[in-house]
Amino acid sequence: MRYIEPHAHMVSRTTDDYERMALAGCEAVCEPAFWAGFDRSAVEGFHDYFSQLTEHEPKRAAKFGLKHFCWLCINSKEAEDVKLAEEVIAIIPKFLECKNVLGIGEIGLNKNSRNELRVLEMQVELAAKHKQLILVHTPHLEDKLKGTRLILDVLKNDKRIKPERVIIDHVEEHTVEMVLDCGMWAGMTLYPETKCTPARAIDILETYGTERLWLNSACDWGVSDPLAVPKTAIEMKKRGHLANAVEKVIFQNPKKFLSQSPNFKIT
Amino acid sequence: MTKQQILGLYFLDARGKLIELAAFLDRVERADGKDDFRIKSFRAALTKLSGKQNQKAKKVLIAFSDPTTGPIFKAEGKGAVGAFRGVK
Repeated sequence: MRYIEPHAHMVSRTTDDYERMALAGCEAVCEPAFWAGFDRSAVEGFHDYFSQLTEHEPKRAAKFGLKHFCWLCINSKEAEDVKLAEEVIAIIPKFLECKNVLGIGEIGLNKNSRNELRVLEMQVELAAKHKQLILVHTPHLEDKLKGTRLILDVLKNDKRIKPERVIIDHVEEHTVEMVLDCGMWAGMTLYPETKCTPARAIDILETYGTERLWLNSACDWGVSDPLAVPKTAIEMKKRGHLANAVEKVIFQNPKKFLSQSPNFKIT
Repeated sequence: MTKQQILGLYFLDARGKLIELAAFLDRVERADGKDDFRIKSFRAALTKLSGKQNQKAKKVLIAFSDPTTGPIFKAEGKGAVGAFRGVK
C-alpha cells in the first residue's frame, strides 16, 4: 500500500514517526504552516519557522526515503494581530521560490473574528498574486459551520481563485457538501477525539463519492496519529472497498490535486 | 455492505459508546449545580438520534454549531468548547 500524507506537522513529530510512516507506505508528506501552540512574538520567529519547513525538514524526511513538501502562511490563531500578520505575509514571497513549497496554507479562520477574516483576505490576495494553490483550515467544533461558510464566501467572491486549486480541510458531515458543491476539494482529518474517525470518513466517502476528497492525519503536537491514513485504508478494506478504490483516495487523489503545483514531483 | 455486515463490524463498538453516553448523563445529573450551555446543546443533539431519518451525524453537528452568520468583533482566546455559548 502506498499513500501520500497531505497534511502533517512533522516539526512536532519524532524521527520515529517518519520511520513508521515510511514503513506503512508513505511516499510523500506535506506540511502546512501552523500554530506552534504559543504565539510567536515577532516576524523573525516566522522567518525561522519557514526556513525550518523549506530547508531542515526535507532533510529529516529524506533520511527515510520520504519526499517533504510544505505550505506557507500565518495561521488563523495568530491572525488577531493584523500588524504582525502584514509583516509575516511580506516575507512569504521570497520563500515561495523554494523547491518544496506547494502554496499558501493553512490559511482560514479560527474564532471567525473580523481580524481573522481580514488576514484571510490578505492571504487569498497573496495566493492570487503569486498564482499559488490554497490550503484552508476550517475552525474547530462549534465554530466550523459558520467559519466554513465565511471562508467559502471570501473564496467565491474572488474571481481569480479557481475552485479546483483550493482544498478546504477538516470537513465533517455538516460542511463537506457545501465545499464540494463549490467545485473545491475537501480534506477529511482523522483525529481520535475531534474531527473525523476512520469510520465516519468512510461514511462520507460512501455518501459523496471519492472525487475531490482526501484523507489526512494532521498529526501535530496534540492528540493525533501519524498513521491515521493507512489505518483508515485498512478500515476501508474491512468495509469491502477494493484496493484500487483505496489507492484512489489515499494516493491518486492527493497526487492529482498537489500536482497542480510545479514543485510537487514524486516518482 | 449489508445491514448484517455493518452490525457485525460496528454494533459492539456503538453499544459501548451508547452506554458511556448514558453513564455521562447520569453523572451530570447526579452532580450539584445548574445546567450550562454545553449540556443544553447535548440534550438538543440527542433528540436528533431518534427515528429512521438520514443524516443524523450532520444534524447532531449542526445542533452544536454557532447558528449566527457574521464575524465576531474580536477573538477572545483561541479554543473551542464544543457547543455554542448562546444556546437557550
